[in-house]
Amino acid sequence: MSSAPRTLAEKIWDAHLVRSEAGEPDLLYIDLHLVHEVTSPQAFDGLRAAGRKVRRPELTIATEDHNVPTTGITGPGVPLTGPGSPVTDPVSRTQVEALRKNADEFGVRLHRMGDAGQGIVHVIGPQMGLTQPGMTIVCGDSHTSTLGAVGALAFGIGTSEVEHVLATQTLPQARPKTMAVEVTGALPAGVTAKDLILAIIAQVGTGGGQGHIIEYRGEAIRSLPVESRLTVCNMSIEAGARAGLIAPDEVTFEYLKGRPHAPRGAEWDQAVEYWKSLATDEGAVFDKTVTVDASKLTPYVTWGTNPGQALPLGESVPDPASITDPDKSASASRALEYMGLTAGTPLRDVAVDTVFVGSCTNGRLSDLKAAAEVLRGRAVAPGVRMLVVPGSMQVREQAEAEGLDKVFTEAGAQWRSAGCSMCLGMNPDTLSPGERSASTSNRNFEGRQGKGGRTHLVSPAVAAATAVTGKLTAPADLTPLAR
Amino acid sequence: MEPFITHTGRAVPLRRTNVDTDQIIPAVYLKRVSREGFGEGLFAAWREDPKFVLNQSRYDGATILVAGTDFGIGSSREHAVWALVDYGFRVVIAPRFGDIFRTNATKAGLLPVQLPEATVARMQDAAEADRSFTIDLKAREVRVEGGLIASFEIDDYTRWRLMEGLDDIGLTLRHETAIAAFEQARPAWLPATL
Ligand code: SF4
Repeated sequence: MSSAPRTLAEKIWDAHLVRSEAGEPDLLYIDLHLVHEVTSPQAFDGLRAAGRKVRRPELTIATEDHNVPTTGITGPGVPLTGPGSPVTDPVSRTQVEALRKNADEFGVRLHRMGDAGQGIVHVIGPQMGLTQPGMTIVCGDSHTSTLGAVGALAFGIGTSEVEHVLATQTLPQARPKTMAVEVTGALPAGVTAKDLILAIIAQVGTGGGQGHIIEYRGEAIRSLPVESRLTVCNMSIEAGARAGLIAPDEVTFEYLKGRPHAPRGAEWDQAVEYWKSLATDEGAVFDKTVTVDASKLTPYVTWGTNPGQALPLGESVPDPASITDPDKSASASRALEYMGLTAGTPLRDVAVDTVFVGSCTNGRLSDLKAAAEVLRGRAVAPGVRMLVVPGSMQVREQAEAEGLDKVFTEAGAQWRSAGCSMCLGMNPDTLSPGERSASTSNRNFEGRQGKGGRTHLVSPAVAAATAVTGKLTAPADLTPLAR
Repeated sequence: MEPFITHTGRAVPLRRTNVDTDQIIPAVYLKRVSREGFGEGLFAAWREDPKFVLNQSRYDGATILVAGTDFGIGSSREHAVWALVDYGFRVVIAPRFGDIFRTNATKAGLLPVQLPEATVARMQDAAEADRSFTIDLKAREVRVEGGLIASFEIDDYTRWRLMEGLDDIGLTLRHETAIAAFEQARPAWLPATL
């Protein structure tokens, strides 16, 4: 390739070109394909109908996450059918059955509900060390962008593309533009990666990243541990970008080292040497650059029905009449009506019914720790229901080894098994019409957590503090515990 | 996939921005394992409102949706496209689309047409006035009865694929030699799942 300075995304792209012809999309090789039960059945059907096989089953892995309940599953071997099955919805069961049948027939490794390796698709890849710097990774799920946190080019695809990757291990793609999000300064104490990404989306807008791959850069990003980087990259899609990534560094290598699928011995050294070459070159040009000052941030929460409708917790519900852009103003009016909020209400006065800690945004061990730290020695407010749902069975096990489950249950929260749970209204964990939640997930769309449900996106620490008071609250607002 | 060359039909104005795929089809409708029948879940929550535009009988049989900016953002669910197609739509016109939605649309035979906001607003008015629309992919043009004509951009390759109704996998498999050669050169330390 040319010696002109290139960005991280361009280097990965170039290294995966199977062919590139003028007037055609590039054909990219895909290093890892993650699969779940919702977006894959029609793709496997397509393969069957055309008499095709999965080209590289060893570059493919599947898990059950969206449809599985998070109660009644304590370990492997839970029956899917018959008495004792925790999956009571027959349609959900059919979808999980279809994945099991397809995985068997096509020779794809599958983590079934209750297995030690099972969990949300975007949580299990990094935990196994399957997602490594410089790789191309796809999944029939928009939050595949999460995996860019380790320096991989990872993006969500639709079911037709899932079938394409299964059949060919490649994907035709037009080369996207690049966008730098420079995060200067350091995050103040009590401000987390979730607050940062909500602030970025509020600034960039839900369509601002459209057609771009975002690279998060700068001091504040470098000082984040990998789990927090995963939170940031997770919500790239909420800014309209298909992928978001962070250059691999010592923090990344330290995270990967010793994980089951990470290279070992001489191969490790070889890999690290390559990974170090991936960082964006001095002088490389991004199509767009946005700068965010981390040192000015405070905890963020959403007030509306898209993730860009977010404000610092200290502010009030905005007045649509004061928004000059007519589309944005109309969308704010609609959002307030749906959310049942009145302009001018301080966000701290908004009372919630439910608190959800979990999802591929904030369902990792560090997220649960952050929530537990706030809850230790405190109690969930009367009348508030709090669900804590680990992102994977491994996270659950690690959390239990540290006694976090006790902290949650003693505070009055429910401790669950792994899955997408209340992030989307598909399994038994849902909001009822009109019910309001503080949720650590990534989407506050109308009905996302259940028909008529009202969602405020928050960090795990804010979620836990909110559970204590019953109103949107930051940990710093709580009365300190007597020592 | 059915080839798309030109399509004439009536249009529905959806005067909303940021219509995400959770609105187009809520998660609870995603449980089917076939590609059919998703029309039932199209805009499910909004269809409970008698005033919702798709519930107005004057728009029955419309095949073109004229939507606001950032249509199809959010989840990658191709079911959103299947639901629109199953309901009878062949074209969606909007000022901007979610990236994955737009790709999914072109893979499943729904034509996404991106036009400037002001043009889309005029088209929404035309739809309300029951004007007939023609979307000509060959000429890359939308023609609205009454004289409004707008050219849209679509890359040559996608246009050709849609006009021929071609299956992407078949096209890629013609490059089997290049794929196999690429696979030979992959570093040994890359992870495998099995
Ligand atoms: S946790 Fe939510 S966003 Fe993440 S994969 Fe599951 S449903 Fe999608």
